[in-house]
Amino acid sequence: MPKVKVDGVELEVPAGATVLQACEMAGKEIPRFCYHERLSIAGNCRMCLVEVKPGPPKPQASCALPAAEGQEIRTDSEMVKKAREGVMEFLLINHPLDCPICDQGGECDLQDQSVAYGRGSSRYHEHKRAVTEKYMGPLIKTVMTRCIQCTRCVRFSEEITGVDEIGALYRGENMQISTYLEKASTHELSANVIDLCPVGALTSRPYAFEARPWELKKTISIDVSDAVGSNIRVDARGREAMRILPRVNDDVNEEWLSDKGRYMVDGLSKRRLDRPFIRLDGKLKAVSWDEALAAVAKIAPGNSIAAVAGDLVDVETMYAAKKLLSGLGSSVLEGRQTGLAYNTANLAAVNFNSGLAGIESADAILIVGSHVRWEAAVLNARLRKAVKHGAKVFIIGPEWATTYPAEFLGSDASVLNALPAHVWSALQGAKRPALIIGGAGLAKGALEAGLAISEQLGLVRTLEDGSVWNGFNVLHMAASRMGGLVLGYAQKGGINDVAAAKPKLLLSLGADEVDYAKFADSMIVYVGHHGDKGAHAADVILPASAFTEKAGIYVNTEGRVQFAEKAVFAPGDAREDWAILRAIAQVLNVNVGFDSFDELRSALFAEYPALLVDGGLIDFGPLPTGVSGSAAGEIAYPIKDFYLTNPIARASETLARCSAELLHGSQPQAEAAE
Amino acid sequence: MLSRGVHPLMADRHIYPDSPELRARWGNFVWTEANAAKAKEIVARYPEGRQRSASMPLLDLAQRQVGAETNTQGWLPIPVMEYVANYLDMPIIRVVEVATFYTMYNLVPVGKFHVQVCGTTPCMLRGSDDLISVCKAKKMPTGSVSEDGLWTFTEVECMGNCSSAPMVQINDDNYEDLTVERFEGILDALARGESPKTGTQEPGRHTVEPAGALSNLTAMVNENHDYRGEW
Repeated sequence: MPKVKVDGVELEVPAGATVLQACEMAGKEIPRFCYHERLSIAGNCRMCLVEVKPGPPKPQASCALPAAEGQEIRTDSEMVKKAREGVMEFLLINHPLDCPICDQGGECDLQDQSVAYGRGSSRYHEHKRAVTEKYMGPLIKTVMTRCIQCTRCVRFSEEITGVDEIGALYRGENMQISTYLEKASTHELSANVIDLCPVGALTSRPYAFEARPWELKKTISIDVSDAVGSNIRVDARGREAMRILPRVNDDVNEEWLSDKGRYMVDGLSKRRLDRPFIRLDGKLKAVSWDEALAAVAKIAPGNSIAAVAGDLVDVETMYAAKKLLSGLGSSVLEGRQTGLAYNTANLAAVNFNSGLAGIESADAILIVGSHVRWEAAVLNARLRKAVKHGAKVFIIGPEWATTYPAEFLGSDASVLNALPAHVWSALQGAKRPALIIGGAGLAKGALEAGLAISEQLGLVRTLEDGSVWNGFNVLHMAASRMGGLVLGYAQKGGINDVAAAKPKLLLSLGADEVDYAKFADSMIVYVGHHGDKGAHAADVILPASAFTEKAGIYVNTEGRVQFAEKAVFAPGDAREDWAILRAIAQVLNVNVGFDSFDELRSALFAEYPALLVDGGLIDFGPLPTGVSGSAAGEIAYPIKDFYLTNPIARASETLARCSAELLHGSQPQAEAAE
Repeated sequence: MLSRGVHPLMADRHIYPDSPELRARWGNFVWTEANAAKAKEIVARYPEGRQRSASMPLLDLAQRQVGAETNTQGWLPIPVMEYVANYLDMPIIRVVEVATFYTMYNLVPVGKFHVQVCGTTPCMLRGSDDLISVCKAKKMPTGSVSEDGLWTFTEVECMGNCSSAPMVQINDDNYEDLTVERFEGILDALARGESPKTGTQEPGRHTVEPAGALSNLTAMVNENHDYRGEW
C-alpha cells in the first residue's frame, strides 16, 4: 500500500491504484475525457495532467501512471494549470462552437471542463476541421465534427459488448471514429456509447432536439424491460417522460442499460389506454369509470375469480389484486403467462443465487436454455467479463451469437441429463462453478435436472476464504416474476390450472402474453396501460399506470428488492393500479384492508418484511435437496424479437424501427431534412 | 491567414465505397498459390496467439496481389481487407484501422506507377516544387489514375532521404538527387517499359555520401573530436 502526498496531504492508496485514483481519494477533482472507470486506460486526451515528483520535469497523465511509494503529486500548481489550459485549447481547436444546437449542451464534459479549466477565450483563428457524418443506426445520432477522439466508444464496443464494430480510422488530424461500412450498431447495449461520449459527437437519435437537461425532472426508477432490474433515471418534462438513462449500481447493472430499456420510453405515450372501455356486442365502447366499475360489479364473480399478472407490474399491484381475490375467497393467482409451470415450493431454486455481480467470478458456467443477450443484455456483459477472467462457458440450446467464446452442446434439453465428459470435468474442476437456467430451460424440465446436478457437483459450497458460493441460478425474463412468486402468483399447473378453474372473472393485470382463447368463457377485466393483446381480449378495460407513472417495488431475478418512484402522471382518465383494484373491491363489497397507498405498503411490509429494504436481497434459504428429474425436449427461446417483448416496447416507434432495421434487415429510413 | 498545412491528399484519404460491383469484382479474392505459402510463412513468424501482428505484412501482400492482378501498384478494396481479417480471425474494423493509418496502403485504385513526391522541407528547399510541376504537367491525377492507366501522383511527407533531396518514390523504388530533366527522363523511361537506375541520379555519387567536399564535422575525418567546448 504505497503512501503518496497529494497537494501536501499524505494518504495511503491501494496497491495498483493510479495517480488519478490517488488524487480522487484525496478529494481532488481531476478533469478527464478518455479515462473511464469501466474501460481500459487509453491516456490519449491528456486532460488529466498533474505534476509528479520524482519524475521527469513535465506534467504527467495521471490516469496511466501508477501511484508509487513516496510520490509527491500536485494538482494545484502553476504547471498543472497551464498544462490543463493548453490541453483544453488543443481539444477546442477542431471542436465546433455549436453548443446552442448541440444536444449534449448542459450535460457536456467538454463544456463543463472548458469553463472550469480552460483559458476563457480562444486564440485560434484558422479553419476548423470538419468530418463527414457517420451512420450508426437508428439509435445513435452522430455529429463527428464534435468528436475529440477519446476512443471511449471504441473501447466500450471492444471490451464491454464484445462486438468490434467501431474503430478509429485514418490518423493524426484526420482520425475519425467510424464503423467500417457505416452499418448500424447491432448490439443490445449499443446506446450506452451515448452516455460514454464526453461531447456531443454521439447523441440519442430519437431524443434529438427534444429537451434540454435543465428542463427535465429526474426521477429514480427501475427498468422493467427484463428481470435484471436495471437502475434507471426517468427524465420528464411536464407530463411526458422524455428519456431514460441508467443509474450506477455496481450490484445490478453497473452503469449500463439495454437499448430496449432505454428506448421504450416513446412507447409510453403511444397506444395508451386513457379511458375505461366495456365490450358491447363485440365492440369496445368508451365509458365513464362509474359505468366500467358497474360493469365489473355486474359480473358478480363470487369466488370464481382469478388474476394473471403481466410482466411489467409492480409488487403493490399484485398485492392489491391478491387481497381482492382473497377477500372474495379465491387464491387463483398466476404470473407465468406463457404456460411455464415449474415448481415454486422453494423459491431459492428459482432465484439467481450467485447474484448478478457474483457471476463475474464464476470460472465455469453452464447455461441451459437462455439466450442471455436478449433475455438479460446487461448480464451478458458480466458473462463476458467472467470469460475474460478465464471462465469456460457451455450452452445448451439453439445457437446464438455469443460475445465471448462459448461451446454449444446441442439444442435438446436432454443433454443436461448426461453432460459430455469434458463439460462435467470442467464444472467439477472449477472453484466457482455456476449453472444458469433460462425460461426455455424451465419449460423443458431443466429445473429438477439442474438441481440434481447442482447437488452432485456441489454448486453450493464454502470457499477457501470462508464465503459461501451458490452457483445455482435461474434467469427470469419478466420484471414482475420474482415479486409475483414471493406473493404466490403461481399455480401448480401454471396458467393451465387457471384456465381449468374456469373463473367467471379473469383479472388481467397488464397481462399481454396470455393465450386468451383459453379463457373464452371468462369475463376478462383488463387493468393495464397499453392497447395490446390483453386489451383486445378484454370485456372491461380499466386504464392503469405504466411503470413510470406509479411508485412501485420490483424484485429482480436475483431477489433484490428495488423501489421505483413516480415520475409522471398517467394520461387521461388512467389511474394507479392499486386504486383501480381498491375501487373494484368497493363495488364487489370486499374489504381489502387499505384505503391509501401508504396503508397498502404497510400491510404489504407487515406480511412480507423482506420487501422493506430498498436494494436488499431476499433470503430464500437453502436449495431443496434430493430433487431428481430429467430434462427433455427441443429448447426454443421465448424471445423472438429482442426489441418487441412487452406492450410498451411494441408501442414504441423507435424500437419498431430497431426491430425492422437491425433484426429484419430493412433499409434505414431516410432522415427528414433538418 | 496562415494555411492549415494539412496536405490535401491526406484529408482526401478515404475508403473506396462498398458497392455490389466492388463485391462482384473482389468478393472472391483468395491468395494465389504462391502468396498462400507466403502468408502461411508470415503468420508463422509471430508467436501463438499473436497472429494479429501479421495484419501489416499480409495487407501488403494482399495489396501486391491486387497490384499483380490489375497491373498497378495495387490497392485494398474492402472485400480484400475482410479477407485478410478473416484469414487472421480478427475483427474487420481492426484491420481497416491499420490500413487507413498507414499511407503506404492504398485505399483507392492507383496507376501502374504511383509517383510519390516528397514535399517536406529539405526536399522543398532542393526543388521538389519543380518536380511536382512536372507531375502536374504530365496530368498525373491525385487520388485517381491517369487516362492511360499509368500514373497516380501523391505528395508525401519526409521519406528519410534528405541528404539526397529532392527525391521521389515510385512504387518500391526511390529516385534521388533529382532535377526536372532527370525526373522527366525517369518518367519517360518508365512509360517506355524500361527500368531506370534507382537511387541517386547524381553522376559519380553512389549513395548518400557527401556530395563534393566535406563541409562540416571536418575535424572528425581522421579521429574522434569533441566539439562541445566550441559551441
